[in-house]
Amino acid sequence: MLWGVLQFPGSCDERDALHACGLSGEARLIWHEERELGGVDAVVVPGGFSYGDYLRAGAIARFSPAMEAVAEFAAAGGPVLGICNGFQVLCEADLLPGALLLNEDLRFVCRQVDLLDAEGERLSIPAKHGEGRYWAPEEMLDQLEANGQVAFRYAPGQNPNGSARDIAGVRNEAGNVLGLMPHPEHAVDAMTGSTDGLKVFEAVAGARA
Amino acid sequence: MATKARVLIRPKEGILDPQGKAVERALPALGFEGIGHVRVGRMVELEAEDPERLAELCEKLLANPLIEDFEIESIDGS
Repeated sequence: MLWGVLQFPGSCDERDALHACGLSGEARLIWHEERELGGVDAVVVPGGFSYGDYLRAGAIARFSPAMEAVAEFAAAGGPVLGICNGFQVLCEADLLPGALLLNEDLRFVCRQVDLLDAEGERLSIPAKHGEGRYWAPEEMLDQLEANGQVAFRYAPGQNPNGSARDIAGVRNEAGNVLGLMPHPEHAVDAMTGSTDGLKVFEAVAGARA
Repeated sequence: MATKARVLIRPKEGILDPQGKAVERALPALGFEGIGHVRVGRMVELEAEDPERLAELCEKLLANPLIEDFEIESIDGS
């Protein structure tokens, strides 16, 4: 399993993502100017503040050469995981439905949260973001739920940002592109309190077509 | 000759705008009463050689049409 981890100017979680990916295979960084993904089996778009988050979070990163390659990779069924800013980039690139807005209370949140995956399993994973309020029109939310595209929800009472229907992460319709606001790459070592993040990487690896 | 334009971008109706709410809540303490429905958006000024393509530019980059509305105004040359 060869993972590729994108790096934009302003990314800041690519090293932890590399480490997390390295626990289940090999991993390499892909600089934003690269037009080829180099034969990777899965791609991670990591967290941070790509291109300074100018205009809107993720809005400029989507036009990078590497993201064009990621869009082709995803269209061909390749597994893609977007974390935090990476989730915002994938939404801006229309690879995932919906948008991430300023947190409801305008505060940057940084705390451990409990997530429930689609099967109801509980995962303890840190969240840290200022623009993580998931939003989509009501009919799109209904559609996502009907299609089983809601991958993660904040556990009851733990929604840190005002996300619609407690949604923390969604998949595309085909199921090979996944984005979430909390950071599974920061929860892969018992030393930092939880290894539940590994399950997210395993799920992405399993989505390889 | 480039055309000067101004693009106004605002959150769509019905989408919570916490920045607008924060501004609104601060107003009474400053002695401004009776002001409501504050919405905070963005304004972009630019010069375009081909103004015909401005709407496309707005839809692709300057605004996110899912969550934002935009208006393009041309500015008379000085």
